Amino acid sequence: MKNWFKSGDPWIWLTAASVSLSLIVVFSLVIIIMARGLGYFWPATIIEARYEEPNVPPITMLGEIYDYEKVLTRRLSKNLQPLANGEEFIKRSLIKTGNRELYGLDFRWVVAPALKEIRYPENVLVVERREWGNFYGYLQALKQNGQVVSTGEEAWKKLSGELSRAHDLFSKINHIEKGEMGAINYNLEKLRLKERRLQLQNDSDPKKKAEIEEQRQSYHKQSEEHKKQLTDLYKEINRDSIVVKEMGGKEVEITLAKVVAAYRPNSLSFPQKIAFYLGKVWEFMTDEPREANTEGGIFPAIYGTVIMVLMMSLIVTPFGVITAVYLHEYAKQGFLTRTIRIAVNNLAGVPSIVYGVFGLGFFVYFLGGSIDRIFYPEVSPAPMFGTPGLLWASLTLALLTVPVVIVATEEGLSRIPKSIREGSLALGATKAETLWRTILPMASPAVMTGLILAIARAAGEVAPLMLVGVVKLAPSLPLDMNAPFLHLERKFMHLGFHINDLGFQSPNVEAARPLVYATAFLLVLVIIILNLTAIWIRNRLREKYKSLETV
Amino acid sequence: MQLNTPRIVPALDAPESIRRRNWRMLKDRLATYSMTLGGISVIIAIVLIFFYLLYVVYPLLVPASATRTADYALPAPDAGNTLFLDVDEKADLGVRFTHLGHVVFFNAKNGAVISDETLKLPSDVQITSYNANEENGLMLYGLSNGHVVLIQRHFRESFEGQRRVIKPEITYPLGDNPVVLDEKNQSLIALSLQRDSKSTTLTGITQDQRLIVANYQEKESFLEDDKTLERTASEIHLSEGSDIQFMVLDKNQENLYLANKHGQILQYNVKDKEKPLLMQTVPAFEKGQITTLKILTGGISLLVGNSEGKVSQWFPVRNEKNEQPLTHIRDFTSQNASIIQISTEQRRKGFVAADSEGKIGIYNSTAHRTLLVEKISDVSLKQLVISPRADNLLAEDVKGQIYLWKVHNEHPEVSWTALWGKVWYESYPKPDYIWQSSSASNDFEPKFSLTPLTFGTLKGALYAMLIAVPLAIFGGIYAAYFMSPKMRGIVKPSIEVMQAIPTVVLGFLAGLWLAPFLEKNLPGTFAVFLIIPLGVLLFAWLWHITPKRFTNWLPDGWHAAMLIPIVLILLAISFYLSAPLEQLLFDGDMRLWLNKVGITFDQRNALVVGFAMGVAVIPTIFSITEDAVFSVPKHLTTGSLALGATPWQTMTRVVILTASPGIFSAVMIGMGRAVGETMIVLMATGNTPVMDFNLFQGMRTLSANIAVEMPESEHNSTHYRVLFLAALVLFTFTFLVNTAAEVVRHRLRKRYGSL
Repeated sequence: MKNWFKSGDPWIWLTAASVSLSLIVVFSLVIIIMARGLGYFWPATIIEARYEEPNVPPITMLGEIYDYEKVLTRRLSKNLQPLANGEEFIKRSLIKTGNRELYGLDFRWVVAPALKEIRYPENVLVVERREWGNFYGYLQALKQNGQVVSTGEEAWKKLSGELSRAHDLFSKINHIEKGEMGAINYNLEKLRLKERRLQLQNDSDPKKKAEIEEQRQSYHKQSEEHKKQLTDLYKEINRDSIVVKEMGGKEVEITLAKVVAAYRPNSLSFPQKIAFYLGKVWEFMTDEPREANTEGGIFPAIYGTVIMVLMMSLIVTPFGVITAVYLHEYAKQGFLTRTIRIAVNNLAGVPSIVYGVFGLGFFVYFLGGSIDRIFYPEVSPAPMFGTPGLLWASLTLALLTVPVVIVATEEGLSRIPKSIREGSLALGATKAETLWRTILPMASPAVMTGLILAIARAAGEVAPLMLVGVVKLAPSLPLDMNAPFLHLERKFMHLGFHINDLGFQSPNVEAARPLVYATAFLLVLVIIILNLTAIWIRNRLREKYKSLETV
Repeated sequence: MQLNTPRIVPALDAPESIRRRNWRMLKDRLATYSMTLGGISVIIAIVLIFFYLLYVVYPLLVPASATRTADYALPAPDAGNTLFLDVDEKADLGVRFTHLGHVVFFNAKNGAVISDETLKLPSDVQITSYNANEENGLMLYGLSNGHVVLIQRHFRESFEGQRRVIKPEITYPLGDNPVVLDEKNQSLIALSLQRDSKSTTLTGITQDQRLIVANYQEKESFLEDDKTLERTASEIHLSEGSDIQFMVLDKNQENLYLANKHGQILQYNVKDKEKPLLMQTVPAFEKGQITTLKILTGGISLLVGNSEGKVSQWFPVRNEKNEQPLTHIRDFTSQNASIIQISTEQRRKGFVAADSEGKIGIYNSTAHRTLLVEKISDVSLKQLVISPRADNLLAEDVKGQIYLWKVHNEHPEVSWTALWGKVWYESYPKPDYIWQSSSASNDFEPKFSLTPLTFGTLKGALYAMLIAVPLAIFGGIYAAYFMSPKMRGIVKPSIEVMQAIPTVVLGFLAGLWLAPFLEKNLPGTFAVFLIIPLGVLLFAWLWHITPKRFTNWLPDGWHAAMLIPIVLILLAISFYLSAPLEQLLFDGDMRLWLNKVGITFDQRNALVVGFAMGVAVIPTIFSITEDAVFSVPKHLTTGSLALGATPWQTMTRVVILTASPGIFSAVMIGMGRAVGETMIVLMATGNTPVMDFNLFQGMRTLSANIAVEMPESEHNSTHYRVLFLAALVLFTFTFLVNTAAEVVRHRLRKRYGSL
C-alpha cells in the first residue's frame, strides 16, 4: 500500500476524478434543464382526492401533482405529525389546484398520506385561460347568450367547435387591435411629431398644416370604423360561455373569449398526448406571453434576440475582419502590434457589465442624446434615440464580441502558410488582390468560427443588455409592418433577460418555473449547437491546413 | 520576326496595360488605407472605453470653483442693518431682513430694490433677536416685550408667456399680530424655531437668562375664518453666568442646542414641551469661542463654528445605555479666522462658512472634504447665504458691499475616505463602510462606500476559486498528460461547451434549484468534499489490488470515464447520508444549529455563488491549464521517464514546474472572470452589501450593484458617476490581471520555443 502511494497512482486517480466530476457537472446541468424544461409541455394527469388533515374538515382536491419532497416529520406542525406513522420523514406533494380567482393561490403543499381515495376521473376538464391561470373542474353546460344550450357530454362534444369559433374571433380582434389600430396610432404619432417639427422650424405654411390635419382626420375616421367593428366582434365573442364545477362544488361560468384551450388530459390516449405535446411546444415558440410572462409563449423574446444578434453580426463582422487583417497583414510587426494584440485579447476578459456601462453612457446618453438634439428636436422631452434601444444594444454587443472575431480571424490568417502569399505575390498580384482572392477565402472558415462564437456569446449575454435596451415586456416588435419597418430605437425582449425576469421578478414564481426551464433549455440548445458548429468548423480547418503544410 | 498569333496579354508597355496597372495599384493603395483606417479605428474604439469611463468619472475629482458674478453697494441702506440674507432658487432675487423690521427685496444681479416692506410692529418695541430658517423661508423676530413675530417670504414664480417672473411676497403664518413667547414680557436675546405643517416650536432666551420653550398648534375654527393658536410652554431658569449666545432646534423639534460664551454646548431634550430636560453639557473646542451654530440639512447634525476658523460637526449617537449623547464627529479646519456664519446647502450634506478675513469655505460633511476656500472680500464678512440649488452665493461684508458668486460644485459627496474609508454617518453608532445610494428625500445622507462592494466581489471570487481551482487544474493536468487522445477528443469540446453556457442560465439554476437543494442537504454538501476523494482513493486501491487480468480491459487514459459512475454513486451516498448526518451532528436541523452558534444563514449565500461561479470559471482555467501542460515539450517528459521516474514523479517534478507560469495565468484569467461575473451573483445572492466572510451569507458585488442600480440612477448625478467609477475599477482590475496573465503566457511560449 505504501508503495502504491509512493508510485503516485492514487493521485492520478484523483486528477481523473476531477475530470469526471467536471463532466458530470456539464452533463447534469444540461440534463436538469432539459428534463424540467421539456417535461412542462406534457399533459399532466389530474387527480381527484379527499384531503384529510387531522381535526380539519376534509376537502376535495382537484389538480395536478407538480412536485414532491421529503421533509423531516418534526418540522411539520404538531397537527400533521401523526400522519407520518412514526416515520422520520414524510412525503409532501405540491399540487397545482389552479382556480386562482377563487382561492387566491394556485399551488398547495399537502402532506401525501392525507390524500385519500385518489382517483383519475376521465372527464376532468382543464381550462387554460388568458387571465387567472388554469381552471380545473367538471364541465356542466354550454351557454349561448346566457341560455343553456347543452349539458354534460353533449356540451363537451360541442365545445371544441365553439372554442375554435371564439379563437377565430379572437384573432380577428387581435389583428384589428394590434395590427390595424396599432398602425393607425403609429401614424398618428408620426403626424404629431411632424407637426411639432414644423412648429419648431417656425414653418407656418397653412398648406402643410391642412395636409396634416386632413391625414389625421382620415386616420381618425379609420379608427372609428375599427372601433365599431370591434364592438360587434366583442359582442360576438362574448356570446358563448361554459359552466364548470370546481372542486369545492361551486359552479363557475367562464366566457369562451377568455379561454385559450380546454382539454381532458386523463382521457387523452398516448398519440393524442404526443400531438398535444407538440402543439404546446409550437405554442411556446410562437405565442405572445400572457399573465406577466408566466404563461403563454416566448415568441417576442426569440424574435428580439434574433434581430439583435443579426444586427450585431452585421456590425461586428466587417470591423472584426478588417482589424484582424490590418493587424496581421498590414501593420508593422513590433512592440506596438504585440501590445495591441494583448490588449484585444484581454478585452475579451473585461466584465461584460463594463461594456453595458460604457454603452449606456456613450451610446445612449452621448450619441443618442446628440442624435435626438440634432435630428429629432420634435420628440423632446420624450427621448427617441437618447434612451436604451435595439441599435445601442447591438452596438454594445458588437464592441463586446469584436475581440472574439479579431482573435479567431487572426488565428485563421496565421495558419495560412506563407508560401501561398508569396506564390500569389510572385505571380504579380498586388497585396490587395492576394488578400481578396487568396487569403480571405482561405480564412473564411476562421471568420465563420469567430462569428459563430461571437453570436453564441451575444445570445447568452444579459448583464450589459439590462442597461442598454432590454425590457421584460415590449409593447411592439423591433421589426414590423410599419415603415420604416426596422425600428432601431425600440426596446426589445431577450431570451436571457426573460429567464432572469421570469425566475426572479415574477409575481408567481411557482407557475413561472417550468417556463424558465423551457426558455433556458432553448437558449442553451441554441448556444450549444452554435458552439459545436464552431468547434467542428475549426477542426476541419485544422485538418485542411495540415494537409496544405505538408504539400 | 513577326508573330501572327493574336496577343492574349497586351504588351507591358501598352497604354492599356499601364492604365490597368495603375488602376490595380490604386486599388491596392486604397485597400491599404481603408484597412489601416478601419483597423486603427476599431483599436481606437476599444481604447475609447477606458477613456470614456475615465471621462465620466473625472468630474468627481474636480474640486469646487467659484466665480464672481456681481458686487454692489447695499440696497436700501436706510432700511437698517442686515440681520439675514436670502436668495431665491435661481439667484434672481435677493432679500435682506433688517434690524428695523424692513424686508428689502432686490435684484440679486445688480442690487436694484424691488420692494421694501415694513413689518407690522407695535410702535414702542424694538427687534432684539432673530432666527431664520432659509429652507422654508421663515424668519422669526424677537421683540423687546417678549413677543415674537414670524414671517415667511415667498418667491412666487409665474410665467408671462415664455418669460419667468418672480414676485416676492410676505405672509404671517402665525397671524398678523405678535405672538407671546415670554409671558413675563422680558426682552428676548436669542431665538430658535422649527415649523412643520401644523406645529411650530419656538424657543427663546430672555434677558434674565430664562429658557422658554413653546409649542403652537394651529387649530382651524369652524365658525370663523381665522386660525387660533394653542400654546404649550414651559420655562427653565438657567444658572447665573450661563451666558447663552446661540441656540438652534433640530428639525424634529426634539433636540435643542445652546452655546454659551464659555465654549460649551448644552443639549436639551424638548420632546415634551412642558418638561425640557438638560441632557448634557459638553465643551465644544479646546481653544477659541463658539461663534455660530447651525443644523445641517436633514436635521440631525449640529455644525459649530469657532473664533479660530474651525467648524465641527456633532450629532447624537446612541450608546450601549440607549442614550443619545451629542458626539463630536469631525472637524473642518481649512479657514484661519473667526467663523461668522454658516449656510447649509438644502439638498446635500454640504455647507458654506464665512469668516472674518473675508473668506468663504465650501465643505461637505459626509465626505469630510474641503472643496474650496476663496477670498471674496478684503474685510470681514457679515452675512452669507447659499442658494437652494447650491450654485449661487450671496454675501455681505462689514462695509455693506454685497457679493454674488456663482459656484460650481457638482459632486462634493465623493472623496477618497467616502469611497474607501470608514465614515461616521448620521444615526450610526460608529464609523462604518456602508453602501446605500438612493432615497427619495433630500435629507438622506448618501453612502457611497465601495469597500463593501469590493469586499463582496472578492468574497464571491474567492469562494468560486476555492471550488474551481483544484478541480480545473487537476482536471487540466489529467486531460493533457494522462488522458488518451480519443477521450480528449470528447472531453475538450464538452468543456468548451460548458464555457459557453450563458451565465444567466447558471445563475437561475443556482438561485432556483441549487440554493434550495443545498439548504435541504447542507451536511451532505460538506460530506461531498470528504467522501468523493476518499471514495475515489478506495476505489483506486481496490482496482490496484484486483488481479490484472480483470482490469486489463480498461485501456490506459480512460480512468476518468471509468470513474464517472463511481463519482455519481459517491455523490448519491453523500446526499443520502445528509439527513442522518444532520440528525447525528446538528440535532436534525443544521440551519437552526448554525443560528444557535451565531452564524446567520441566507438561502442564497456565498456557498451557492461559489458553486455556480466555480462552474462558470472551471472551463476557462481547465482549457488554459490543459494547453500549458500539453505544450510542455515531449522530450522533457520522455527523458524523465527514461531515467526511471514514475509518471506521477515526471508530472510533479518536470511537467508542472515547466508549465507553472501557464497554470498561474490560467488562475489569473479565471479570477478575472469570477470578479466581473454579474448575472450569477445577481441571481444567486440576496445582494445585500454586507461585509462578512460568512459562507452562509450573501453579498453584493461591484458588477451586480451596477446592474441593479444603473438603470435607476439619474444621468450625470454623483450616483451615476460613482457607478461608472465602480465599472472603471472592475475594468482596470480585470485588465491588469489579464495582462499579467497574458505576458506570463507569452514568456512561457518563448521559453518552449527555445527548448
